[in-house]
Amino acid sequence: MSDVYVIGIDMIKFGRFPDITVPKLGATAANMALDDAGLTIQDMQALYSGNLGQAAAMVGQRILAEIGQTGVPVVNCANACATGATAFREGWMAIKAGVYDMVLCVGTEQMGKGLLGGGGASKGIPTEGLLGSGTMPAVFAEAGMEHARNYGTSFEQFAKVSVKNHHHSTLNPKAMYQIETPLETVMGAEMIAYPNTKLMCSVNVDGAAAAVICSEEKARELGKMDRAVKVRASVMTSDPFQARNMSMPDVNTCTQLAAKQAYEMAGVGPEEIDLVELHDCFATAEILHYGNLGLGKPEEAGRMIDEGETALGGRVPVNVSGGLLSKGHPLGATGIANIYEVSTHLRGEAGQRQVEGARLGLTHVIGLGSACAIHILEKAQ
Amino acid sequence: MPPSDKNPSTSALLPVVDFLKIPEGGDPYLEGSRCSQCGATFLGERSACSSCGAREQLESIRLADQGELYVYSIVHRSFPGIEVPYVSAIVDLEGGGTVKGNLINIDPEPEQIKMGMPVELVFQKAPRKDAEGNEYLTYYFQPKS
Repeated sequence: MSDVYVIGIDMIKFGRFPDITVPKLGATAANMALDDAGLTIQDMQALYSGNLGQAAAMVGQRILAEIGQTGVPVVNCANACATGATAFREGWMAIKAGVYDMVLCVGTEQMGKGLLGGGGASKGIPTEGLLGSGTMPAVFAEAGMEHARNYGTSFEQFAKVSVKNHHHSTLNPKAMYQIETPLETVMGAEMIAYPNTKLMCSVNVDGAAAAVICSEEKARELGKMDRAVKVRASVMTSDPFQARNMSMPDVNTCTQLAAKQAYEMAGVGPEEIDLVELHDCFATAEILHYGNLGLGKPEEAGRMIDEGETALGGRVPVNVSGGLLSKGHPLGATGIANIYEVSTHLRGEAGQRQVEGARLGLTHVIGLGSACAIHILEKAQ
Repeated sequence: MPPSDKNPSTSALLPVVDFLKIPEGGDPYLEGSRCSQCGATFLGERSACSSCGAREQLESIRLADQGELYVYSIVHRSFPGIEVPYVSAIVDLEGGGTVKGNLINIDPEPEQIKMGMPVELVFQKAPRKDAEGNEYLTYYFQPKS
């Protein structure tokens, strides 16, 4: 089986674009990725499109209607917040299988504002605020409190994740926000669901990201190896059974399982990873994933954030893009935007926020329900 | 909490969720099921076990009415019309089964809420009606008296 390489990748600046259609957002990112590769839509043998909000509305085909209806197969993917990563991984698999040697993967989302999760009951009366909360800030608050219960992690330590990621985004012109948020500002922001304040919740934004991926033979034939990024591992898991599953979503076990498989597939250990883009949908979540991804022991996560180990310049920088907390979280685009961020560092093109000498990077997303996807990427030799 | 609140007249009330059972002339309770192959416990009825995959091996059980607070969040912003703040609690019931519900009769402050604290179920008429005007019986958790 051929190795798979990213030879073109880009994302639009995340923001709020209520007047632009979903296919147009995706088409913009698709053309940017094609331009980055120096190729055209006529070179692509298939399109893998990720979008959640219009999952039944053939977004991939409508993107082609904007950029070129070449008649190639289109697969539309929806997998909660792992939607973009799923589209990327479907393309990766097709090349691995030898069915195609070059495909386009696009992730797109238009979000609107407000709380996600919970919502109305299918029958009877709404149970939100009666049988606890199904809102995402509360669900991830409870997941964070499990870490607090087990390891003594504090509200302040969770808040420091937001301070760090908002700081990182001041160096990323494609992030939604470029604003510093000191600790007292994060902790003093409106409490949404303790211990997550408003500044500890990811930003709902519109966005799109796209990647051109191909076989090694194709990358060499086209002379694209100098900026190519090798996909060392592509892994997806769902939830292995846990006794509390029916009342408490578990983002830990599926991540631990995916990380184990990804490190095995790549033949590397977590200590070799130079930067990580992980699923910081809430500040509490980032803390959990330090241990889940093997970046440190679970009980060390609080110390890691205290000592700046995961900040730019630290031992293993996490979410130097600003993360979902500050770059923004357009659900279907996030998985490919993460791969764009890591690829940009591996290519040495990340400007002010460049992780110096980055050779290996890891991306991680969780679609609650759950779908966990991890990719390990390497600068092409 | 007087006993009468724990056992309201439930005859005309509908259960807020399917796993809340209201037996005629008896006390309401939460129903679970347990896999006779692997011992996994679930809320409500089901035909197959998602832990071990066994089919038709699940027996209906009555879940305990007390347990301990596993984790919680204090919700300060929710959907329009939902009264805040409230404590969303994840409770491990004695003998198995984990249930989410509001934790009441406690100040919604982190200093007051101790993970691991003993709690008990209480059943009360829900403060909401459905579109047809039907009334519902719901459950809450409260610190164990």
